[in-house]
Amino acid sequence: MGVHAGVVFAFFYAPIAILIIFSFSGDRIVGQWGGFTLDWYREFWNNDQLTNSITVSLQVALIATVASVVLGTLSALALERFRFRGRRVFDALLYLPIIIPDVTMGIMMLVFFAEGIDVVDSLLGISLAKGITTITLSHIAFCISFVSVVVRARLSGMDSRLEEAAMDLYATRWQTFRYVTFPQILPGVAGGGLLALTLSLDDVVISQFTSGPGATTLPVYVFSLIRKGVTPMINSVSVVMFLASLVLIAAMLGVDRLRSTGSNVPSAVPRGDLSAEPAVGGHERGDT
Amino acid sequence: MSVSEIATGDADEQHTVAAATPAFEAAAARAAARRGLFMALPAYVYLVIFFAAPFAIVVIYSFATRTRTGGISLSGWNLDSYQRLGEQIVRDVLWRSLGLAILTTLICLLVAYPFAYYMTIVSTTARNVMLVMVMIPFWTNFLVRNYAWRLLLSSGGPLSSVTEAIGLGETDLLFTKTAVVIGLVYSFLPFMILPLYASIERIDHSLIEASRDLYANGAQTFRRVVLPLSMPGVIAGSILVFVPSLGAYVTPDILGGGKEVLLGSYIVTQFGTARNFPFGASLSVVLMVVMLTATVAYFRQGGRNL
Repeated sequence: MGVHAGVVFAFFYAPIAILIIFSFSGDRIVGQWGGFTLDWYREFWNNDQLTNSITVSLQVALIATVASVVLGTLSALALERFRFRGRRVFDALLYLPIIIPDVTMGIMMLVFFAEGIDVVDSLLGISLAKGITTITLSHIAFCISFVSVVVRARLSGMDSRLEEAAMDLYATRWQTFRYVTFPQILPGVAGGGLLALTLSLDDVVISQFTSGPGATTLPVYVFSLIRKGVTPMINSVSVVMFLASLVLIAAMLGVDRLRSTGSNVPSAVPRGDLSAEPAVGGHERGDT
Repeated sequence: MSVSEIATGDADEQHTVAAATPAFEAAAARAAARRGLFMALPAYVYLVIFFAAPFAIVVIYSFATRTRTGGISLSGWNLDSYQRLGEQIVRDVLWRSLGLAILTTLICLLVAYPFAYYMTIVSTTARNVMLVMVMIPFWTNFLVRNYAWRLLLSSGGPLSSVTEAIGLGETDLLFTKTAVVIGLVYSFLPFMILPLYASIERIDHSLIEASRDLYANGAQTFRRVVLPLSMPGVIAGSILVFVPSLGAYVTPDILGGGKEVLLGSYIVTQFGTARNFPFGASLSVVLMVVMLTATVAYFRQGGRNL
């Protein structure tokens, strides 16, 4: 089985390794080695449309991440700590964007914005166009769910008795949140935020359906390049994107380390005495 | 035993607690529910507008008719687009996509299971390293991962050179069904490994030991103890691989060259060059129904915890 694992790892990393190697290859024919060169990276740097798309990607990702972290965390808190009417529906609604195939989501948003633009046009006479706004709105829509799932996982693993203890000690709800709840869910929030960032930067199909003239994200642009015809420059672009992913992974690992130190706090609360209590209490009261 | 008035010793801070009558508790519960609703409202409203509404519009479109200029006419509700689903061409596309998705899921399962199992029996450090190594491709850009295979499989490319060197001749795997399967498996393997690992890790090892003690060999232990206990992970992983594979669009395009029409590309064409929105909508509804069925089946299994 160890051999099998090794083969799987090779399967995972060989393509990427080869990609990196060939981005330095001098041969114009993609896939054949022709001497070491940095030409493709230079071409990448000088391509305005490409660098433009990077800016668009970053803008969209930043706004989408912030918005989805806020909305996702709020919804996680609401679902884990409260019971309210419509909770089940909300819960189900939150799971859908995770499961839905991106083709479906892409055309959903396309159709929605097409109709929306028509409606706004006929009602207010303003003709909007698809662009950064539509891309961002779509990204937020699917990122909220992912942030919510991550934060909820963190919340449910958290000891809620600490919050009760804080409130017993006369902390207001806001103080409780700020000094007790939030620090503990912070790794979850950060993790969710990173996930949202990655998903937004990564997204191809949904962005393609919601982008407009002058506003293409990097993956969409690269995708169109690949379809037009493979050139060695794409190799260098891919390597840069890969390096960006590595940065995100490093950040994710950093957050993970935060998570493991954060979880020491609840375990400081002695569980032993409290778990003994119900047994005693039950016998005394004699109820079922 | 109800809570009576409590006053602290300090005269400056006199806190009194109201009597915890049922009326009071009911009001408090209502207030809590209101707070909860208030907190959930922003995300709720956002998703209703930007997710539920688009969803509904697509469903509505599937009942509309296509105008001659390729627009939408909602005047005549009909099931025309659904009738087209019975056509031979459409059925071919659907079956082909279904077969591909099932094949991908099976391959992922077969490859991932030993890997996930191995992860549970190695040391903790090795396990963490393996986890990170699995996550890295998962976090890498999807496009990059697919493109890397395009590079690898191109004629005259690296793979071809290797097979030539060992005497198997040139391989031109690009733009074949095999290439698409490889690409899909490569893209979704982490989605299968992680739930499987989580599920297998939960299995109580004393059960496996007990099975061995009772003279079961490896295969029997696996079939009767390990496999059934890891079912939640198997199902979760399968759904996480099956649903995206069914609606795959990028991978078949990059690695398959669009030679064989699959569901994802077919839907996209309806909204692009073919401009048949109602038909594309009905195809999407089919995809959504499959996805919802799979999800509901999964939750029914009680598999909320991965």
